[in-house]
Amino acid sequence: MPEPEWYNSPMKAGTKFALGAVLIVGSVAYLMASRIRQTGQYFLTPSELAQRVSADPSFYDLGLKVGARVVPGTVSKEIATQTLRFHITDGTVNYPVIFKGLPPDTFTDSVEVVVEGRLQKDGVIYATNVLAKCGSRYEAVPKA
Amino acid sequence: MSLLGHLSLWLAFLVGLWGAITGFVGGAQSRPDLQQSARNATFALLGTLLVAVISLEIAIFRHDFSLEYVAAYTSRNLPTFYLWSALYAGQKGSLLLWATVLSLFAVLAQVLTSRRHRAYLPYVAAVTCSVATFFIAVMLFADANPFQRLGFTPIDGRGMNPQLQNPGMVFHPPMLYLGYISITIPFAFAIAALLTRKLDSDWLVAVRKWTLVSWLFLSIGLILGMWWAYVELGWGGYWAWDPVENAALLPWLVMTAFLHSVMIQEKRGMLKKWNLALILGAWLLSIFGTFITRSGVISSVHSFTQSSVGYFFLGFLVVAAIASAILYVSRLPLLEAEATLESMVSREASFLFNNLLLIGIAFSVLWGTLFPILSEAIKGTKVTVGPPFFNQVNVPLGLALLAMTGIGPLIAWRRASLPNLRRQFPVPLTSCVFVLLILLVAGMRDIGALIAFSIGGFVLATIVQEFARGARARHRQYGEPTPFAVLQLLSRNRRRYGGYIVHVAIVLLFVAFAGMAFKTETQASLRPGETATLRVPMGTCTRSRTWASRSTTP
Repeated sequence: MPEPEWYNSPMKAGTKFALGAVLIVGSVAYLMASRIRQTGQYFLTPSELAQRVSADPSFYDLGLKVGARVVPGTVSKEIATQTLRFHITDGTVNYPVIFKGLPPDTFTDSVEVVVEGRLQKDGVIYATNVLAKCGSRYEAVPKA
Repeated sequence: MSLLGHLSLWLAFLVGLWGAITGFVGGAQSRPDLQQSARNATFALLGTLLVAVISLEIAIFRHDFSLEYVAAYTSRNLPTFYLWSALYAGQKGSLLLWATVLSLFAVLAQVLTSRRHRAYLPYVAAVTCSVATFFIAVMLFADANPFQRLGFTPIDGRGMNPQLQNPGMVFHPPMLYLGYISITIPFAFAIAALLTRKLDSDWLVAVRKWTLVSWLFLSIGLILGMWWAYVELGWGGYWAWDPVENAALLPWLVMTAFLHSVMIQEKRGMLKKWNLALILGAWLLSIFGTFITRSGVISSVHSFTQSSVGYFFLGFLVVAAIASAILYVSRLPLLEAEATLESMVSREASFLFNNLLLIGIAFSVLWGTLFPILSEAIKGTKVTVGPPFFNQVNVPLGLALLAMTGIGPLIAWRRASLPNLRRQFPVPLTSCVFVLLILLVAGMRDIGALIAFSIGGFVLATIVQEFARGARARHRQYGEPTPFAVLQLLSRNRRRYGGYIVHVAIVLLFVAFAGMAFKTETQASLRPGETATLRVPMGTCTRSRTWASRSTTP
């Protein structure tokens, strides 16, 4: 059976390959750019977040990662809906957090946490993930 | 003992310096006496560093807590099993292990390289000695000397971090080190080939073997690390896209690309520039990874405390990158391709696409790892990307790569004819559709997992087909019984059929990765008679209170 026209098209193999290469490189670039926009998280402290919001009123519903301490006595769990509510602070600014899901075992009152989520217009951070910081370093913190 | 160790470190530093100088000068001036001296220097380097390692181990086993390192990472009640591994539990000791393993590889490269490749050896000695000398210099001058004394002797040491007290500690770091450090050998051969201008297919053979060694150990180390993370750290998984994990993955990806594209250079004399760039890049990425790990610029679970060591590595990385780049560019005219691509449907083209995908994955991982630093430097805000970024970018790229794993071996070299395609594709494609239908009928609905499993079926079928065809041909030609014919295939053509076995492992890995699509975690409180619903691979499953109470009450 003779090979069909398209299989022996006059276009050079190098050109065809370049098209394929552009396709691959393009999709890698597109994936990276679009995913960074969707999944990138601003790493801020509560004070920095408050500053941002007051400077730019549209700074809501963006990926955030907020490192702070849990305010003792503010943690409330609602087992039925798997909802965890608590406040975080860096000493000056305080944000309420609502998290649906399982907190890590090391999560307790007054622990250092990193809250991942989005700040909404109601001033509450809706968390998608809560990480409890623990000193899992190879070396102890150096003596000052 | 610590004095002996300290002295041997200094001696090793001088020997390494000597080896580097005599290697480069002896190579450039073709002086056999200096070349021999450089070769001897690698042996002396290994000897002196071994003395240092043994003195540190003796100090650890004797509980000599007057040494800062011994006091910081061990204690009297630490089991013997982990006393051994205290050698690399901390920054300083692991640098010593690093230099020692490198000098071991330097000696192996001198001893095991065949006569044909002797011309490269002086430069190989010079490069390996330079890199080892750098590591020793870090220990001696960057306040990272494992033999540093405390002014007093504590009664007991602080002990090893409990998370490191896992059998993984004894196996994972050494394997990873073997792989990570031995990348220096292919790099040294590449530099030697550039310097001697002997860039023919000869050096390729030498480089390919060493790259395989390095790739093998790095693969073992990565998989052991995944296993350790799974059992020890409650990350809920085996891979968290942690910067240090990424740092080890980057050279692995680049070396995987090299091991494929090197075949095009051997068969067709193409891609010479690309291959050299991959080897140089793999090594530079390994040093970059070391810099990330040791400097604390990017926060990670693996991180050592921040120290000046990072600046040494950054400086070394910059100098090495510039030197390699200048050398590479100056030799570009010697690296012209001997052939051009003849058809888009050819083994060459499929290898090229495989390479682009691997490098694309490597680039996205590098970009994601560096993004916090880059965004802070450019926009002034630290924007971090986490596992969602890496997963969403790499799942499509990984699936495309998996498909190439199956397609590549089916397509002929130079130019595949239509009859060739018609002979190769029906069985694998049927298997692919078959797997898909079975899973659909069984009730699986996750699209990503369905694609992964059916492509996996496709790739496995291509491999089975290759083995079956080869065995049948041998059976017909030599009358060998089938099992024997399969063994003969493996031993007669280890590269090709060994590669297929690696591909089987890759399919298994992808099937395991795809299993993560069904990961589910739910917390529910049930009264007697109530039920909760869980998602499982095939539809959902319902659990009632009786089950829950049985599994939660002791």
